[in-house]
Amino acid sequence: MKEQMNIVIVGHVDHGKSTVIGRLLADTNSLPEGKLDQVRENCKRESKVFEYAFLLDALKDEQSQGITIDSARCFFKSSLRDYIIIDAPGHIEFLKNMISGAARAEAALLIIDADEGIQENSRRHGYMLSMLGIKQVVVCVNKMDLVDYSKSVFDKIKSDYSEFLGNVGITPKEFIPISALKGDNIIKGSESLSWFEGNSVLSSLDSFKKEKSEEEKPFRMFVQGVYKFTRKGDSRRIIAGRVDSGSIKVGDKVVFFPSNKSSEVSSIECLNSTRTEVSAGHSTGFTLKEQVYINRGEVMCRKDERTPYVSSSIKSNIFWMGKESMVLDRWYKLKLGTLEVPVRLKKVFDVLDASSLDGCRRNEINRHDVAKCLLECKSSAAFDMFSEINASGRFVIVDDYDIAGGGIITGFVEDKRNVVWHDREITREERSKILGHRSKMIWFTGLSGSGKSTVAVALQKKLIQEGKMVYVLDGDNVRHGLNKDLGFSEMDRIENIRRIGEVGTLFVDSGLITLAAFISPYTKDRNIVRNRLGDDFIEVFVKCAIDECEKRDPKGLYKKARKGEIKEFTGVSAPYEAPKNPEITVDTSKLSVQESVDKIYDYLASNDVI
Amino acid sequence: MDRLDELESQSIYILREAYSKFGNLCMLWSIGKDSTVLLWLARKAFFNHVPFPLVHVDTSYKIPEMIKYRDKLALKLKVNMVVGQNKAALNDKQTFPDGNVNRLVCCKNLKTEALRNTLSGEWDRYRLDHNKKEYILDENKEPYTGVIVGVRSDEEGSRSKERYFSPRDKNNDWDVGDQPPELWNQFKTDFAPGTHIRIHPLLDWTELDIWKYIEREKIPITELYLSKNGKRYRSLGCYPCTNPIDSDAKTVSEIVKELESGKFSNIAERSGRAQDKEDGGLETLRKEGYM
Repeated sequence: MKEQMNIVIVGHVDHGKSTVIGRLLADTNSLPEGKLDQVRENCKRESKVFEYAFLLDALKDEQSQGITIDSARCFFKSSLRDYIIIDAPGHIEFLKNMISGAARAEAALLIIDADEGIQENSRRHGYMLSMLGIKQVVVCVNKMDLVDYSKSVFDKIKSDYSEFLGNVGITPKEFIPISALKGDNIIKGSESLSWFEGNSVLSSLDSFKKEKSEEEKPFRMFVQGVYKFTRKGDSRRIIAGRVDSGSIKVGDKVVFFPSNKSSEVSSIECLNSTRTEVSAGHSTGFTLKEQVYINRGEVMCRKDERTPYVSSSIKSNIFWMGKESMVLDRWYKLKLGTLEVPVRLKKVFDVLDASSLDGCRRNEINRHDVAKCLLECKSSAAFDMFSEINASGRFVIVDDYDIAGGGIITGFVEDKRNVVWHDREITREERSKILGHRSKMIWFTGLSGSGKSTVAVALQKKLIQEGKMVYVLDGDNVRHGLNKDLGFSEMDRIENIRRIGEVGTLFVDSGLITLAAFISPYTKDRNIVRNRLGDDFIEVFVKCAIDECEKRDPKGLYKKARKGEIKEFTGVSAPYEAPKNPEITVDTSKLSVQESVDKIYDYLASNDVI
Repeated sequence: MDRLDELESQSIYILREAYSKFGNLCMLWSIGKDSTVLLWLARKAFFNHVPFPLVHVDTSYKIPEMIKYRDKLALKLKVNMVVGQNKAALNDKQTFPDGNVNRLVCCKNLKTEALRNTLSGEWDRYRLDHNKKEYILDENKEPYTGVIVGVRSDEEGSRSKERYFSPRDKNNDWDVGDQPPELWNQFKTDFAPGTHIRIHPLLDWTELDIWKYIEREKIPITELYLSKNGKRYRSLGCYPCTNPIDSDAKTVSEIVKELESGKFSNIAERSGRAQDKEDGGLETLRKEGYM
C-alpha cells in the first residue's frame, strides 16, 4: 500500500489556495476520468473563463451528491505517495475549523499572493502552524505571472516572510515562486521562472518525511484506563493506552507520573498475537510485575530515560476559540493527554496579535487571541516542553462543556512541594518542603471570652485557603476525647496541659501549623509546653479586660461563676497570670478579628514560618 | 506502521476514550461490514472483551440472513446484544412495504424513531439471554449517553463533515455549522444533561480500508456481500429498499481487487439504497437522528 500524507493548504483569502489545489489534482492526473473536460465544457457553455479552482467546487458538489471520489477529502498522488488535502478554511470566522483540520496535518503549503504580498492571515496561519507543531512547511509565492515573474518581488517576500516565520519558530523547507493559473512550478519547472533553481511544489512535498522522530524520543504513554475484566473470567490487570513517543519492551523498569510509582513491564497484551516490544503510535496494553495502583491520566515512563517535569504552575502559549473570554482566577478544565485537572489563569504576560506579533497587556484572553500566560493547576501535572515531546507538551482547555482553547507548554515554575523521595526516614525539613511552610505551635492564651478560639479559627481559615496545613486544638476537641478522664483539680489541670503539649509536639513534627486555644492561666503550665517545644512555640496573648469578656460572655459561664455555680473560674474566683513576654499580643478590645489575624499572620510571615 | 495499523490504533484510542468518559455507552451494530469491523476493534481495544452493549434496531424488514448472522456472532463472541423496534408503526402498518407511507417516512418510523426511543430507554429493549439463546425484555431503562456508530466520512457528503465525538441535542439534532473543535486527540466528552454524544471511530476509514482490514484480520462477515449469480450487496439494509450490484467478487480478496480496479469510482457505495434517492435523502434523515 502506498504511503499517505495529510497536508493542509493555508493562506489569506483569494491568494489562490483553490487554484493550487485544482492544479495539483489536474497536473498529477488525480481527477476522475473526464472530469477536467466536463468542467471545461461547462465553462464554455456558461461563457465563463475556465479556472482550476472550479475543479474543487465540482468535486465538492459530487461528494455532496454521494459520489465517492476515492477519498472523502480531496487527494492527489505523486509517484512516491498519496496526498490527502485537509480542508482548512481561510476566513477568521472559521479559525476553529482551520485548527481542527490543520491539527491533523503532517505538512503544510502556505500560499502568498506575489502581487498583494504578506497579508494578515499569511501571518496568522503561519503562527497557528507553529503552535500546532507543524514543522514541514513550503511557502508558495503564487500569481508570479501578475508581477512579470520578477525575481526581486519574490526575493522581497521571501526575506520578509522568512523573518516573520523565524520569529515564530518555523524554518520553511523552501520558498517556491509559482503561478497556479499557468501551472508554473507546480509539478515541473517553467521557462518564465528560469532564474529559480529550486524544486517544484510536488517534488518539494515529496522530499518531506513521514514523522517518525517520535519513536526516537523518551517513552511516554498517557494511561487511558486500567482494565480488569474479572467478571468475565479474566484476571489480567492491564494498563491501556497509546504510546505517544519512544519505545518499550518486556522487562523495562517503568515509573508513573505524577504519582511516582514504579514497577516493571511483565507483558505486552495483544489480541491473538504476542509482542515483546512496542513503539510510538501503537494502541497497546501492559501487565506489570508488581501491581501499583495508578489511575487514568498518569504518564507511564521508562526509568532509564529522562522523566517528565512535575509541577502545578505551567507557562504556556494559548490560543483561544471560546465565545467567552478566558479570565483570571476562574476554574476551567485542563486536558493534557488523558489527564484532566482544574486549572486557572494566574497571569497573562502578553496577548499577541497573531497576525502582527505585536503584544499588548491585558488580563483576559479573548476569542482568536494568542497569549503567553501562567496557568495554575489544582494539583500537580506531569508534562514535557512542547519543543521536546509534542504529545505531552500540549493541552486543551475546556470551558463549560466545550473545548475553548489549546496551548503548548513552554516552561513551568517549580513547585515547593516537588521534592525527591529517598528510602530513609523522612525529616521535618522534607515535610516542610512538601507543604511549602514550616510547622509551629501557636499557643493562644487569655481569659474566657477574650476571643482565643475565634481568632485561631479565623487564622486557620486564612492559612488553609493559602494551601497551608493547619489544625486547631481547643477545649472542645481535646476535653471530649483525649482528656475525657481529666477533671479540674490541680493535678488534672497540669496533666491536661502536658498532654496537649505532647500532641502538639507530634503535630508540629508532622508538619502542621498547630493552633492551640486554651485559657491556660498559669505561667508555670504554659512553660511546660514552651520547654517541650523550644523554638517551635509561639505564644499569643489574647488580651481583653475582664469587664469586656464578661459583657461578651458567649457561653454564659461568667453568669454561672458569679452565681457560684462554677468554682475557681478564671478571672472571677481564680487568678489569670498574663504572659510577661509573649511573642505576640493581640488586644481584642481594640482590634477586630481580622486585624488580630493579620497581626499574627505578619509575624509568621516575617519569621519565615509561612 | 502501515495505513491499516494507524487507522486501527486511532480507532482503538477513540473507543477507549469513549469507554472512559461515558457510563452509559453502547455501540450500534447494523450487522453491516463497517460496524462489524467496529466490533472487531472493540475486542482489540478491550483485550477480547466488549464492555458495552451492542444495540441493533430491527426494522423487521432486514434481509433474513442478517438476523441469523447477528445472533450467531453475538452468541459466539458472548456480547451483550440489545434489540429495539418500532412496534406501533409495524402494528399500524405505517411502512413503505405496506404501501401506506413513502420510503423516507418508513425509514423515519422504523429506524430513526426506533433508534431514538431505544437509546432513550422509553421503548422496550430486548436483551439476548446467552443461556436460553433467546431475547428477553431488558430491565435496564437507562438512556445511553454515548453511542458508538460506524459511519465513515467517505460514504456520503454529510458524513464527511462529522467529528469523532459529535454532540446531539435533546431532539437528536445535529448542528453541522457550529461543531466543537477537535484537535490533538482531545474530544468533546463533556456534555449538558439531556444531550448525548455520537462517537465515530471509523471516520477516517474508506470502503477499501474496511475490506483490506476484513481480509487482514479474517473478520467473519455475512455472505450477502459475496457474489452469487453475478450479484452481491455492497451496502446492506432492508430488503424492499436494497438492491445488489453486478459483481463477480466471490471472496473478500476479490472485493478488494474489485475496489482497487476503480470499477465503482463513479458509483456511490449506497447506490443500492433506495431511500437516499428520495427528496432530501440521507442528509435530511441524518439531521433527524438517522445514523
